[in-house]
Amino acid sequence: MKPLDSKKDYQDYVDKKSPNSPILKNCFNAFWVGGLICTIGQVIMNIAKSRGLSQDICGTIVSIILIAISAFLTGLNIFNKIGKFAGAGSLIPITGFANSIVSPSMEYKSEGYVMGVGGKMFTVAGPVLVFGISTSIIVGLIYLIFNTQNITLV
Amino acid sequence: MQKLGKQTIKFDNPPVITEVASIVGPKEANGPLAKYFDQCLEDEFWGEKTWEKSESKIIKETVNMAINKSGIPSNDIEYCFAGDLLNQCISSSFGLRELNVPFIGIFGACSTFVEGLSLGAIFIESCAKHVLCAASSHFCSAEKQFRFPLELGNQRPQTSQWTVTGSGAAVLSQNGDGPFITHITFGKIVDMGIKDANNMGAAMAPAALDTLICHFKDTGRSPSYYDAIITGDLGYIGKEILTELALDKGYNIKSNYNDCGVMIFDKEKQDTHSGGSGCGCCATVFSGYFFKQLNEKKIKRILLIATGALMNSTSSQQGESIPSIAHAISIEM
Repeated sequence: MKPLDSKKDYQDYVDKKSPNSPILKNCFNAFWVGGLICTIGQVIMNIAKSRGLSQDICGTIVSIILIAISAFLTGLNIFNKIGKFAGAGSLIPITGFANSIVSPSMEYKSEGYVMGVGGKMFTVAGPVLVFGISTSIIVGLIYLIFNTQNITLV
Repeated sequence: MQKLGKQTIKFDNPPVITEVASIVGPKEANGPLAKYFDQCLEDEFWGEKTWEKSESKIIKETVNMAINKSGIPSNDIEYCFAGDLLNQCISSSFGLRELNVPFIGIFGACSTFVEGLSLGAIFIESCAKHVLCAASSHFCSAEKQFRFPLELGNQRPQTSQWTVTGSGAAVLSQNGDGPFITHITFGKIVDMGIKDANNMGAAMAPAALDTLICHFKDTGRSPSYYDAIITGDLGYIGKEILTELALDKGYNIKSNYNDCGVMIFDKEKQDTHSGGSGCGCCATVFSGYFFKQLNEKKIKRILLIATGALMNSTSSQQGESIPSIAHAISIEM
């Protein structure tokens, strides 16, 4: 079999030639950085609780603070370095969501505040919002229709 | 000017590359070829407010530098061939709008520089005395257009390449004693079905192979005729693939073959994965490094094959494969 005989042969040949990402190293870094971010969140939560705030408000405070830190680090050209190092570890927590909204806002500021920042802000996060919200609605409907025993979630 | 074989043109009075200029960005300035470039920028903006303006300024200043170095009055430059990667080639047309020279905008993706040299050489042979050719690319404007915002915290795949920030320009003339363009081989569009926009080297290698073999068949030359065979931006993966495929077809290019994308960055220190890419890659490496090597007679014959991936972000999102092209020019002292 020669690599250029067919498109499939060439694709197989290229796959063999292309180095894979270092999965073990990436997983390890994602694990400890992701864990660290969650630990920071938990510390903020405990401090808020010790000040006598309710569980609901503490959760909101954690989100607000993590989003603020992540947006700030994005602006300082630091978050992309953390993201490159930690991958999903910094992407999956709410920090990644904040970064995905702030980074296009910065990039497209040159096209103006309305069509640039406003129009392009959700180019990366948009799909997450659309499918996240859609999924919640479907789950909500299932809950509404089939929850005949009046079970309460959470 | 005469046609050789299917795709090659041989010049009766080979056009001369009179002078070249190159300006590169800060990352290239930290690479192994830094000392060969005419100017290295300290930051990617170069005093401008947007990446696009910065790229326009880079190509404008490179062109002016090439004209000044050549000593030819800018009124005597009869045509200008230039192109870049941004939509509708705005870097070159915005950057060169004050040049006041008849302008022929060209697009060949990363093969633009050699495409320009080839067309310019044909013009020189047929009607013009002095012609200008230029190409540019900018890492930040290319990332913005083709991939993600710069500050997004994502990981680049190992096969991805790093777009070179920089521009190269060359002045071609009828007479002189600089390096001569003796043959050009225009390539065909080749598509072997690679869809991964993060693996351009693999997509473009078959196009480079096609042009390479065609050049040897048309001219009757063999790989050993050249001191150096240089591809534009196949990167590490594309380079390895081309070497193997060429050997498979009976052309051993192992000893004298290299790639501009491999040469311009230090893979380990600069974390550029599969190497450099972009119109500026081949343009700056030729204008910076190879032109000087030719002029100092350290090498006498090179075959420069610039490769281009003819896709855009819409076509990749629609799942299309990547049609590729490669144009070759033979430059001899």
